[in-house]
Amino acid sequence: MNPQAIRDPAPAPARAEVGVPLRLVAHARAGDKGNRLNLALVCRTPEAFPLIAAQVTAERVAALFAARKPSRVVRYDLPNLFAFNFVLDDVLDGGVNASLGLDGHGKSLSFLLLALEVRVPADLAQALAPPAAATAAPATPRP
Amino acid sequence: MDGGFERGLGAGGIVRIGSGAGFAGDRRDAAVPVVEMLAGLDGPRFLIFETLAERTLALCQLARRRDPDAGYSPALEAFLAPVLARCLESGIRIVGNFGAANPQAGARRIAAMARALGRAPKIAVVEGADLAGRLDPAGFAAREVGGRLLAGHPVPVSADAYLGARPIADALDAGADIVVTGRVADPALALGPLMHAFGWRDEDWDLIAAGTLAGHLLECGSQVSGGYFADPGIKDVPGLDEVGFPVAEIAADGTFVIGKPPGTGGRIDRFTVTEQILYEIHDPAAYLTPDVVLDVTGVQVAEVGVDRVRVSGARGRPRPQTLKATVCVEAGLLAEAEISYAGPGAAARARLAADVVLARLTKRAPDLAVRVDAIGIASLFNDTAGATLAAAFPESRAADVRLRFSAQSADTAALGLLLDEVEALYCAGPAGGAGVRRHLTPRLASASCLVERDLVSPAMSLLGPEVAP
Repeated sequence: MNPQAIRDPAPAPARAEVGVPLRLVAHARAGDKGNRLNLALVCRTPEAFPLIAAQVTAERVAALFAARKPSRVVRYDLPNLFAFNFVLDDVLDGGVNASLGLDGHGKSLSFLLLALEVRVPADLAQALAPPAAATAAPATPRP
Repeated sequence: MDGGFERGLGAGGIVRIGSGAGFAGDRRDAAVPVVEMLAGLDGPRFLIFETLAERTLALCQLARRRDPDAGYSPALEAFLAPVLARCLESGIRIVGNFGAANPQAGARRIAAMARALGRAPKIAVVEGADLAGRLDPAGFAAREVGGRLLAGHPVPVSADAYLGARPIADALDAGADIVVTGRVADPALALGPLMHAFGWRDEDWDLIAAGTLAGHLLECGSQVSGGYFADPGIKDVPGLDEVGFPVAEIAADGTFVIGKPPGTGGRIDRFTVTEQILYEIHDPAAYLTPDVVLDVTGVQVAEVGVDRVRVSGARGRPRPQTLKATVCVEAGLLAEAEISYAGPGAAARARLAADVVLARLTKRAPDLAVRVDAIGIASLFNDTAGATLAAAFPESRAADVRLRFSAQSADTAALGLLLDEVEALYCAGPAGGAGVRRHLTPRLASASCLVERDLVSPAMSLLGPEVAP
């Protein structure tokens, strides 16, 4: 997986778009209860809400976690908080007291979600880009 | 004295609740600035400690079986020692679930600590969560949800329901300076003081919901005030090394402002608060607690000052008919062994080492399911079947790889073989293997059950005079 990959240009956008990791436009926190994981996804700017609503669907998140064989993925939308809550069932190998993995809580999985690529307006990507080049790949505008 | 703290909700009718710990492993000195801040203010003030993870209680139950005076949280003294004297002299009342499997013994320990300070506070104990003897193994199995761990009717090590806030409020009504609980729903640690201070009734659903939300935001300590949040360049947090733990100021209508002590690090804004509102929540319209069904879909967060966020709009519906309980059972041993490879070809050598160990175990312990991770290639994001790592290995150019093998079983001979095979890689494995570590740890598995309310008998009692000085 290459989260910084730039997608092929789509036809005739109204505004120049770029592909960026979700981490540029939102942040996330993972929580666990038994074998169930929740991922709270919070927009860094209200403008990101409709973009994420359209692109980061429950189906796409289920595909991202396919290796963990989720039995159910639900997305709850919280427009007043500019946030989403993803609930993934049966993805934690039985949960913190049963998993063989290092991260039985699934705490690190918020950053698996944030590696997902989304397409956003180039000016938004530029406005949210970190000051230092080290932390995220700079968004490359479409030609 | 921080005059700025009085802004927002105004001075009248405000209850203040600070967090001293969000889990048993939290910073031991985190409560000190919180207590200093609260000590300089007037009105009802409380300090809460959340110290019970799911399996902590089972470990405490095992400790109690070995020693009837043990079984309270091993962190109790470390958390209270830095702040107990200041709380008692300043009228800051303490509520904590550090009683774990033995709240009476925890309360006696606190009484002894207070005696050493020349004080005799009123200490209350909240009990009644323990379901041992209330159900047999088949009864627990019939009530299990979200799994089938109990299907074989194992005898539980511990079985505790999550109690609500009412007995905590009762303890404070009775004048307790310190309330020691076992298993309670974490938000109840804050809701109890609010029900006491404002006289909220159990059926004031929106108020109970608001207090539950305040407790939800406080119970994980600094997770609302800049802890577990920093992502350099994207989300920076100043002073994380001295992150300030949260203090909520709650008004009688249930709206509240989250702030933190002056001079501490961290940050509180709509981003930190929103992350924590949704932490461990599933359906945001129906967060089930023993006290209420909390709906956060109408919640508003507003930045009302530097590191101050006002939260309003929680809604509540009548509490669930059943209580959640956590049941822990013994689950054999966890074996973990690691070895590292570095430099050119590290990934290929690590992959060969994994193949060697699995080939030998397939012949010698065919029933043992072994998980393999490669730290530096795929570990946290790996899956137990290993598909993620298998796809990443061939193209990996990692130059510093730590290979990790793990298995869980009651078959100690098979687990010993796994540990030995990893160690044998030192001589008989690929070139350059280094740094073997091996661990064998007893495992407790946990299941969730839904139990009828009449199976528990939540009760508050004041610690008897026989322990008074």
